[in-house]
Amino acid sequence: MFPKSGDRFSDTIMVETTTARRRISRGFGMKTILTSLALLGLVLTGTAAATTGAIAQEEAHSEAEPTHFPIHQPKEMDWSFAGPFGTYDKAQLQRGLKVYKEVCAACHSMKLVAFRTLEDLGYSEAQVKALAAEYTINDGPNDAGEMFDRPGIPSDYFPAPYPNDQAAAAANGGAAPPDMSLLAKARGVTRGFPRFVFDIFTQYAQGGPDYIHSLLTGYDEQPPAGMEIPEGTNYNPYFIAGVSLKMPKPLSDDQVTYDDGSPQTVDQYSRDVSAFLMWAAEPHLEDRKKTGFRVLVFLLLFGALVYLTKRKVWAGVAH
Amino acid sequence: MSEGHSTYTPKTGIGRWVDARMPLPRLVYDSFVAYPVPRNLNYAWTFGGILALMLGAQILTGIVLAMHYAADSSLAFDSVEKIMRDVNSGWLLRYLHSNGASFFFVAVYIHIFRGLYYGSYKAPRELLWILGCIIYLLMMATGFMGYVLPWGQMSFWGATVITGFFSAIPLVGEWIQQLLLGGFAVDNPTLNRFFSLHYLLPFMIAGVVVLHIWALHVVGQSNPTGIEVKSKTDTVAFTPYATIKDAFGMLVFLFVFAYFVFYLPNFLGHPDNYVVADPLKTPAHIVPEWYFLPFYAILRAITFNIGPINSKLGGVLAMFGSIAVLFLVPWLDTSKVRSAVYRPWYKLFFWLFVIDAVLLGWLGSQPAEGSYVFMAQMATLFYFAFFLVVLPVLGLVETPRRLPNSITEAVLEKNKGGGGGHPARATAAAEIKG
Amino acid sequence: MSATDIQDPNRRDFLYVATGMAAVVGAGAAAWPFIDQMRPDASTLALASVEVDVSSLTPGTSLVVKWRGKPVVVRNRTEQEMKDGEAVNLAELKDPLARNANLPADAPATDANRTMPGKEAWIVMVQVCTHLGCIPLGQEGEFGGWFCPCHGSTYDTAGRVRGGPAPENMSVPVFQFISDTKIRIG
Repeated sequence: MFPKSGDRFSDTIMVETTTARRRISRGFGMKTILTSLALLGLVLTGTAAATTGAIAQEEAHSEAEPTHFPIHQPKEMDWSFAGPFGTYDKAQLQRGLKVYKEVCAACHSMKLVAFRTLEDLGYSEAQVKALAAEYTINDGPNDAGEMFDRPGIPSDYFPAPYPNDQAAAAANGGAAPPDMSLLAKARGVTRGFPRFVFDIFTQYAQGGPDYIHSLLTGYDEQPPAGMEIPEGTNYNPYFIAGVSLKMPKPLSDDQVTYDDGSPQTVDQYSRDVSAFLMWAAEPHLEDRKKTGFRVLVFLLLFGALVYLTKRKVWAGVAH
Repeated sequence: MSEGHSTYTPKTGIGRWVDARMPLPRLVYDSFVAYPVPRNLNYAWTFGGILALMLGAQILTGIVLAMHYAADSSLAFDSVEKIMRDVNSGWLLRYLHSNGASFFFVAVYIHIFRGLYYGSYKAPRELLWILGCIIYLLMMATGFMGYVLPWGQMSFWGATVITGFFSAIPLVGEWIQQLLLGGFAVDNPTLNRFFSLHYLLPFMIAGVVVLHIWALHVVGQSNPTGIEVKSKTDTVAFTPYATIKDAFGMLVFLFVFAYFVFYLPNFLGHPDNYVVADPLKTPAHIVPEWYFLPFYAILRAITFNIGPINSKLGGVLAMFGSIAVLFLVPWLDTSKVRSAVYRPWYKLFFWLFVIDAVLLGWLGSQPAEGSYVFMAQMATLFYFAFFLVVLPVLGLVETPRRLPNSITEAVLEKNKGGGGGHPARATAAAEIKG
Repeated sequence: MSATDIQDPNRRDFLYVATGMAAVVGAGAAAWPFIDQMRPDASTLALASVEVDVSSLTPGTSLVVKWRGKPVVVRNRTEQEMKDGEAVNLAELKDPLARNANLPADAPATDANRTMPGKEAWIVMVQVCTHLGCIPLGQEGEFGGWFCPCHGSTYDTAGRVRGGPAPENMSVPVFQFISDTKIRIG
């Protein structure tokens, strides 16, 4: 294996340098060709920049017939879970759960979230048991081979409001309401250049909750004159896939009663449920960021040690 | 080293006993301890080690993920979510694996561009380069099939589009496509075979990596000057010199990698892949993983028929051609000088090529409409022109700068210029080290 | 090499040792998730409980339910079986502990300690041989309890090991009578 040839440093190197020098006499006139090729490259980059501007202008023209969605970019909110040390605000998650239970759950399932995980929201084991027991779970088959209903236990998952996707679609005008377990990670408006570069440094990863919050609070805007809104849909300039969506405005002020004195407004409800959905989609976020900080600190220190060792090892060798 | 025989001498009785029967320690010693490397390698050369690390890490995280993953179209999506939610450290392992794929490609692209910049593919390293291209191809296949496994919307439609390439082949295209899919569309049989192959291919990559390293150790590393090693003073021993430098390179790389894994784990992914695959609904914009975007842009750039070749087949041919052309690079480049350091014109074109590749990548992520299409066509033209026109012509007409006589001379010259080094001591030390 | 190395060899040693140790710590920490992932996951640990309707069990009959992937036997013992169980001299037992999850770990293996107070006729236990995990056959063997066909361990009517290679009494899981006819296991 890996045999090493004694003569591998072939003699061609000597030839290499001399032939290279011999070429000096040529390469006149060719220079023009080369320059033009190089220019082509530069022009290319130039047009790239120019056309992006042009496309942006094109869009601005047809307000009543937009071709790119969403019409408005989501508003960037302050989230407690943003940034390297972000954590969930448990009170907010509890409020968000309440909004989900009382409003969203009527149509949206959340089938990947188990009741037992609600302890993350600050509930005790007994509270989680009681919460689970509020739900009826279809289980079985029993000894007689029949399905039966029983109260939920912590190891159960949130039951879906409809027995299957077809039923969900039929009850909602042909479009099944999406499952909410991963919604906060499954929605995100493209950030575009150069913002996505800045996002690396600002650690922007809240596209999902920003989108959900903007969508929920975006129903009150009026469509521009001349825009056609399809029958049975609702205009929302923040919707990612068109001018309007099937879901009507789901939240209104004072719809859900908060026990902790938080404002009972659509904006507050939207924030809370968005935060809750972020938790539902990424329950280990806090753990991840905490571990990440430790890992990065370790890598920094270890890296410094290795760098010093490397300097020491190479100290006597010019390179 | 240049004597060509092993300098390994076992110190203990057991060492001699093993060495007489199966000289594995000797192989390791000769390959990773005493092995001479050029003394002037810069940090671009640490990416070989980084790639080995990433391959190992991907195999390791992949094996443990496979302990929890279910390759069945009705279970796959939920089993991935179970890993993310319930499996101990599951979220970490899965994010390591998905981001690991991306960073594997980051490293391989730097590695390839390093090879292009310093002319590392030139004789006698053609086979080394070709083995590298094969690894890259296998990586692409592995990456693509791995992306299908979570069974999200992008998984499904990515698989549909990419297997659709094969339907462009005249006459037998449809037959081949059905052979690959195991059906008329992407479905459970496709997922099962992709999982099987996704598990197999990394080991094939590891096998080709062994060949790659073997070929490397026969001809020796190239270096920033592109001049071959001529004497002992040109080299240092792999351990500790290259080992410690590689280790530092790896740690810097791991730092960036960890930053993404822990703080931006979904930055390089697509939100639609958190929606379970739906064969009846295509997402608004299908985009492949970022590391395929330049090729995707080339695929879509061919919107016109070329003689008997329709645009669909033309796009597929252009895309495969853009990878195939890499295999020919050692023969397309006619220059007698290896390194771009001594080739001012090549240096310019190299950087234009880098810009072009990045531009293609960005275009690949944009919708194929309006002026994007024209830009992609121009960028594709430049991509092929770089390989098929610039590389051959430039070698014949360019006037390279004066080359130093040896690596040692280059190093000493540089240090004189920089003022930081101590040439006399350095030469002496290097001679001792040998 | 350079003069500083000769003057201060300890600093160099310290650096190498520190770097080496950091590498070991890093490798150890990195290895942990790979081991950690093999432990039972959160959904498995979430204690699933089963409720069993035992109204149909007359003395001398039993039923088996699956709990945590293992068979749990519920047996309504006959008078004779209970008598046999009570008559056993504790000193003769191979395993003197009750192995009842509802009692302290050091409870002695009396017949009563193998059952629930007030429900002494009922044996609820994980029907898995404590030798190597086979499932013993009920009402067989020398002691009229259970007999493991794999390696010949015998258990008495209270599920206590009496002969063969098995080291422990069969374990009694956490359970309770929710009503006279319903048992919740787990």
